[in-house]
Amino acid sequence: MTDKPGLLVVEGISKSFVGFKALDGVDFTVRPGEIHALLGENGAGKSTLIKVLTGVHQPDAGVIKIDGQPVVMRDTQHAQYLGIGTVYQEVNLLPNMSVADNLFIGRQPMRFGFVNRKRMEQQARDLLAQYDLHLDVSSDLSRYSVAVQQIVAIARAVDMSGRVLVLDEPTASLDRHETEVLFAILRQLRARGFGIVFITHFLDQVYEICDRVTVLRNGKLAGSALIAELPKIELVTLMLGRTLAVATHKPRHDRPIPAERQFSFKGLGRSRSIAPFDLDIGQGEVIGMAGLLGSGRTETAKILFGIDAADAGHIRIDGNPVLIRTPRDAVACGFGLCPEDRKSDGIIGDLSVRENICLALQAQKGWFNRLSSREQTGLADTFVKALDIRTTDIEKPVKFLSGGNQQKVILARWLATNPRFLILDEPTRGIDVGAHAEIIALINRLCDDGMALLVISSEIEEIVAYSTRVIVLRDRAHRGEISGDDITTSNIMQMIAAESEGAPA
Amino acid sequence: MNARLLPLCATLLICLIAYAACVFQFPAMFSTRVAGNLLTDNAFLGIAAVGMTFVILSGGIDLSVGSVIAFTGVLLAVLITHYGVHPLIAFAIALLITTVFGASMGVIIHYLEVPSFIVTLAGMFLARGMCFVMTTDSIPIDHPFYTALQGLFYRLPGGGRLTFIGCLMVLVFLLGIIVAHFSKFGSYIYAVGGNRTSAELMGVPVARTTIGIYAMSGFLSGLAGIVFSLYTSAGYSLAAVGVELDTIAAVVIGGTLLTGGVGYIAGTFIGVIIQGIIQTYIVFDGTLSSWWTKIVVGVLLFSFIALQRILVFLSLKRATATSGG
Repeated sequence: MTDKPGLLVVEGISKSFVGFKALDGVDFTVRPGEIHALLGENGAGKSTLIKVLTGVHQPDAGVIKIDGQPVVMRDTQHAQYLGIGTVYQEVNLLPNMSVADNLFIGRQPMRFGFVNRKRMEQQARDLLAQYDLHLDVSSDLSRYSVAVQQIVAIARAVDMSGRVLVLDEPTASLDRHETEVLFAILRQLRARGFGIVFITHFLDQVYEICDRVTVLRNGKLAGSALIAELPKIELVTLMLGRTLAVATHKPRHDRPIPAERQFSFKGLGRSRSIAPFDLDIGQGEVIGMAGLLGSGRTETAKILFGIDAADAGHIRIDGNPVLIRTPRDAVACGFGLCPEDRKSDGIIGDLSVRENICLALQAQKGWFNRLSSREQTGLADTFVKALDIRTTDIEKPVKFLSGGNQQKVILARWLATNPRFLILDEPTRGIDVGAHAEIIALINRLCDDGMALLVISSEIEEIVAYSTRVIVLRDRAHRGEISGDDITTSNIMQMIAAESEGAPA
Repeated sequence: MNARLLPLCATLLICLIAYAACVFQFPAMFSTRVAGNLLTDNAFLGIAAVGMTFVILSGGIDLSVGSVIAFTGVLLAVLITHYGVHPLIAFAIALLITTVFGASMGVIIHYLEVPSFIVTLAGMFLARGMCFVMTTDSIPIDHPFYTALQGLFYRLPGGGRLTFIGCLMVLVFLLGIIVAHFSKFGSYIYAVGGNRTSAELMGVPVARTTIGIYAMSGFLSGLAGIVFSLYTSAGYSLAAVGVELDTIAAVVIGGTLLTGGVGYIAGTFIGVIIQGIIQTYIVFDGTLSSWWTKIVVGVLLFSFIALQRILVFLSLKRATATSGG
């Protein structure tokens, strides 16, 4: 552990927010020429540590040293000046300005008191050429993909700080190839002697690129080790402090097939969105929906829930034909939908946990039938307990909860309406491993209670763990169904990857 | 072509078509006289609109402009006519007061995190109120220095007059363009308007920039007030009511997004000239009510907001098409 002196050393950092200790005596060392993964569940204190390192927050106690010299970061600019550059999770650049402006704002080359645009653009081209990126630096940043924007952000941070680079979930919105490009850049920077702090949810990437890992849990240091000396299962144990529920949960495909399938969708489809499909689902079933991004999964959910109107087809519930043209119709039929993008489509961040939970039920009851505050509190309390939503109190605005707990609040909102058919679109995206396991356990419990569930997920193992049947989508069409013991990761993968022509119908 | 330039080009096209249509009906409008008067008559509006463009580019709004113009006019009239202060000293006092006034609104907007709409609305009432405290009468300004400035013009071929205040407006626009595109301060304004949080994280001095923007708007409103007092030779508390709305209209017609971050000072110039052309047309026609200016400006505003929304939709669509799904 003492092979090289630390470039950036953090000793005994503590930071409290009102009534809650976010960091408690954390030590953290980044050495030159290493990629250091910083892991932890949501709420473990990663973001707080990053904000302390980059001068956004001031620590309550502890020392930060750069090259052995204690430093106090006054703000982000000062942190940059001291050599710590940061690229945040949502790329924080200015899409309305040119690439060159984004690289050099605040430090533009000047001539006669004016910005020398020509020189600035030349420097921008030179800078990006180091990353094998050749583009028109005078055009707006918004014209380029997220991956390019990420590289621009890295180029800026590296150019300005030149010592330590902090990357907060840089790969969250990148595809496989873009991630490779990013990793190549990181390896190049490592070779140049940078200390890189890498935060991610993807454990595979940790093993692919990182040298060392530090794990935080509940604001405390859980452990730090060379990645080569730490098997994955130990890493997960470090993160969770308990064994993973997914791994121990026995697959569900041996469940009895329901006698009748109450919800029947025939020939539903919408041009340029999803090819017509049939879907039957009975109570006590979990249908997993697998497929790549853009294969028509979310489109299916939108049609089922009446967000998009179907061009053709009909729906029967308990044998009676029904018409679903709007989400209101769907809710009236006992449907619920937890959308994919919970930040923009799901939670209402400024409203409290209680208000968010009561929203759908109130909408169902109508304008003039207000839930009394006692009913609301009771309802919220019940679900906070039942789903183990971690919040200091039910009046806390939802935006202050971690991702997993926000997801549970949305689930609670629909469960409050007592739905018969619940659609979950990527319920486990962007939440930590522990909450992940809890959501899966919850899906299983709801299924046991006789609810019909349709779960869309990108994580095949997860689908295998809870589905009684699996529908595979490809190229905007339902391509096939797997049930029983055939539900295995490899079967699903093969079906997703199958050639369009030779595909089983 | 850069989609960013499209609103600007549309504005320029509309301006040229409008002028051509006017000239077609009244050939006399094609003269340096009309051109000179366009600059002179709209000088105060244009100068205030430059300040407003910076404010809107940063994602804010300044409703105090009209009141500050009136305040400056009344202050100058009181100082010069009642107290016998030399106009140059009066100008300096007025500019100092309006700049500090603008800066303090900026301080409140930034540090107390109050929306600029509310703060400048309060500023609007305050400045208008101060006019009435000084005087409720219309005070004429009769000073040899004023007469000299008013008589200062360059005679264009064809009889048009390029007046001092007209030139001053053009100069302010040129300086505005330089500040917007060739100074650090200008890039900070665009940055703050594009995304405040990002700008802050990238090390843009947001506080300094915000205060600077409103100070500049205050200064330019004061300058517009001086020009207005030169133009009317009087100070009156009820003058320039609603000018802030005219400047906002000029800025939006000039292609600047009300959400901030996107726009050009040059566009605002064209926006001001379009309003001037409509007014000139109404004068030439002689039968139309001057309220037709408002109606046409209203229609133009609607079309420009619609155009901007369409452009935003199109660029979003293109972005999703290229990034794939």
